[in-house]
Amino acid sequence: MTAYLLKRLAIALITLVLASMVVFAVLEIIPGDPARLMLGMNASADQVDLLRNQMGLNAPLASRYLHWAGGLLSLDFGRSYTYSVPVIDLVRERVVVSLPLALIALALSTIIAIPVGLFSAGRHGRAGDTIAMGAAQLGVAVPNFWFALMLIYLFAVWLRLVPAGGFPGWSAGVWPALKSLFLPAIALALPQAAILARVTRSALIEVLNEDYIRTARAKGLPYRAVLWRHALRNAMIPVLTILGLQFAFLLAGTIIIENVFYLPGLGRLVFQAITQRDLIVVESVVMLLVAAVIAVNLLVDLSYAVVDPRLRSRQ
Amino acid sequence: MKLWKTILTAAGLILAAGTSAFAARTDLVIGIPLEPPHLDPTAGAAAAIDEVLYANVFEGLTRIGPNGEVLPDLADSWTISDDGKAYTFKLHTGVKFHDGTDFNADDVKFSLDRARADNSVNAQKGLFAAIDTVEVVDPTTVKIALKNPQSSFLYNMGWGDAVIVAPETADTNKEKPVGTGPFKFQSWAKGSSITLIKSDTYWGAPVALDKAEFRIVTDAAAAVPALLSGDVQAFPFFDPDSVAQIQGDPRFKVVIGATEGETILSMNNKKSPFDKLQVRQAISFALDRKAIIDGASAGLGVPIGSHMSPATKAYVDLTGLYPHNVDKARELLKEAGLESGFKATLKLPPPSYARLGGEIIASQLRDIGIDLEIVPVEWAQWLDQVFTKKDYDLTIVSHTEPNDIDIYSRKDYYFNYDNPTFDKIIADLNLTSDEAKRMTLLGEAQKILADDAVVGFLYELPKAGVWDAKLEGFWENAPIQANDLTKVKWTE
Repeated sequence: MTAYLLKRLAIALITLVLASMVVFAVLEIIPGDPARLMLGMNASADQVDLLRNQMGLNAPLASRYLHWAGGLLSLDFGRSYTYSVPVIDLVRERVVVSLPLALIALALSTIIAIPVGLFSAGRHGRAGDTIAMGAAQLGVAVPNFWFALMLIYLFAVWLRLVPAGGFPGWSAGVWPALKSLFLPAIALALPQAAILARVTRSALIEVLNEDYIRTARAKGLPYRAVLWRHALRNAMIPVLTILGLQFAFLLAGTIIIENVFYLPGLGRLVFQAITQRDLIVVESVVMLLVAAVIAVNLLVDLSYAVVDPRLRSRQ
Repeated sequence: MKLWKTILTAAGLILAAGTSAFAARTDLVIGIPLEPPHLDPTAGAAAAIDEVLYANVFEGLTRIGPNGEVLPDLADSWTISDDGKAYTFKLHTGVKFHDGTDFNADDVKFSLDRARADNSVNAQKGLFAAIDTVEVVDPTTVKIALKNPQSSFLYNMGWGDAVIVAPETADTNKEKPVGTGPFKFQSWAKGSSITLIKSDTYWGAPVALDKAEFRIVTDAAAAVPALLSGDVQAFPFFDPDSVAQIQGDPRFKVVIGATEGETILSMNNKKSPFDKLQVRQAISFALDRKAIIDGASAGLGVPIGSHMSPATKAYVDLTGLYPHNVDKARELLKEAGLESGFKATLKLPPPSYARLGGEIIASQLRDIGIDLEIVPVEWAQWLDQVFTKKDYDLTIVSHTEPNDIDIYSRKDYYFNYDNPTFDKIIADLNLTSDEAKRMTLLGEAQKILADDAVVGFLYELPKAGVWDAKLEGFWENAPIQANDLTKVKWTE
């Protein structure tokens, strides 16, 4: 177990260092000058150069990388070029939107997907399964921005139950804030639930064909008990893998949904920073996200060990 | 059932009576498509900065009115010396900055000197280029000496980049803007909204609104439901393509106005074959402006034949010079020795007028044998590759700065256009203050650009404004990109 853990940790660290180099290099290569972007079309070349100096952009590449990476080590993420506030402040403002949203969506998606998967696998090949999987297929196929807009027209424009978009901030109260996350969470959760349901179903079906399931049935265990106690637990590994991937996506890959609901989430922060060439924000936020994804993967790896005792005993 | 109906009706009546007894609303949520990078109009080119702060939070010596006219602002009046080189501004008294400090002539000197200093990063530094000295005569009088007469000086002082700031707060305006305007800054929830509230110490006519929130709604598809649900009550710059969804709804007012955005198909005048006049003219003949406006701006723009807004007095209609004529275009290409056509690239920045317009133009030019490869680019790439390095054949962009025909005389500008006759006219124009003479010169300038077919002149970008029918006082046109809220109020 310790060896397993140490190996995972070492891989995580190496990934972080490599990612920091790749992120920095890629942003250096893409064309576009943050200073020119800020000053626009009427500014002279001298003025642009002056601003580049003020922003510290004229320093050599290696020294800028070391300065930035060194800052990261001491948890100093630098200052935004455009907003001129510490990057960490920007991230903090966005995380309080993105993290609850991701968690709610993930919870919704799990609550929907696991029962549907169980239901379908139990009725493998029968009408119920076909209908459930047809619905899941639809859930995967429908573009989420379209689905989001339909939700807005139904719940915000027609029924006026929730706002059409925006985020009032947690300072406006927990209920108004949650209300504004309600539609985006559904819009995010349903396609994820559809994927998760399909994975759960196929993993279960595979497990249900195993010999030990037949044995369990043969010794007189009711089908339901076999499904829950033996099959589901063994089918959890692919399900957990997908859940881990989905969480990473929900944290920052939700730019489209954030745009449709004009939510100030992490995805939009990164996107806006890229278009404004606010390099320091992009670099630092991407690194934070890389760290988050690695942490989630680590957790998923650990959870394998929890559901599968063989991984625990194997040294 | 009947009883219920009666009760509900009665309740409705009471509610209705209740609401009409209250005074008109004084809060407003305005949707803006882009978030400003910061809140200092003197330190950035982004139009979004002015869209929030101009005339609301910050004021200049002069200001630009709803139809592009120059109006007095912090300067109550002014006199101009006979040689046109000295401007004496008489300032308003009793003006306070939002932090409580007094405004006086020293602040004017500070602001103008700061904007034109060697280390200034003012995005429109050129506005101040003619200033020689700024002298404080007394606390309410400022005398500005120019190096040479400049007819556009009062207009220049009305730009957002020329607003007056206080020395104590100039460096922190990016985060916490402090101006002299009728609204003061309250809060900025990044990525979400910027809130302004009424300033109690305002020197001028008080505003009707107590609170104005600018909400950032980037996605055009999200703007419609935001409006329909009542979350946002006004989108002064609405996506033209979405106008049709709102137009028939009596709860909203749709106002189509003009901007200062000349949308053009820029050509690299030094790059073969665009260095040949016949080729540029052929392209101009091949363009079907009507189809481009229909496809790229939902049919709302006004065609142009040169670089001047049809809403301005100086406008000369030159759209007849190159009517849509494919045969003529082919003939000109043949004269240029390119009858079998050629290949070129068309770089398109992100706005929909460019991306949609680009597709249409590519198909129109294919009709005369020009095979365009479309290259979509981001703004940062566009500024880098096209604008700065001039590495392009064709591109589409809207030049939104007001009165900017002089860009064609700028050395090293990305059109790569060089015409001494044109340069001379612009130089003369700058020194002429007689209105009639100015109009003649501006007319000549437009004519030369059209004759030379410097770029493909397409159309004036429309301003589609949409707001609650109970609101009034918004600008119909956009002579500058601003959302002046000083006259905005709810009528009931």
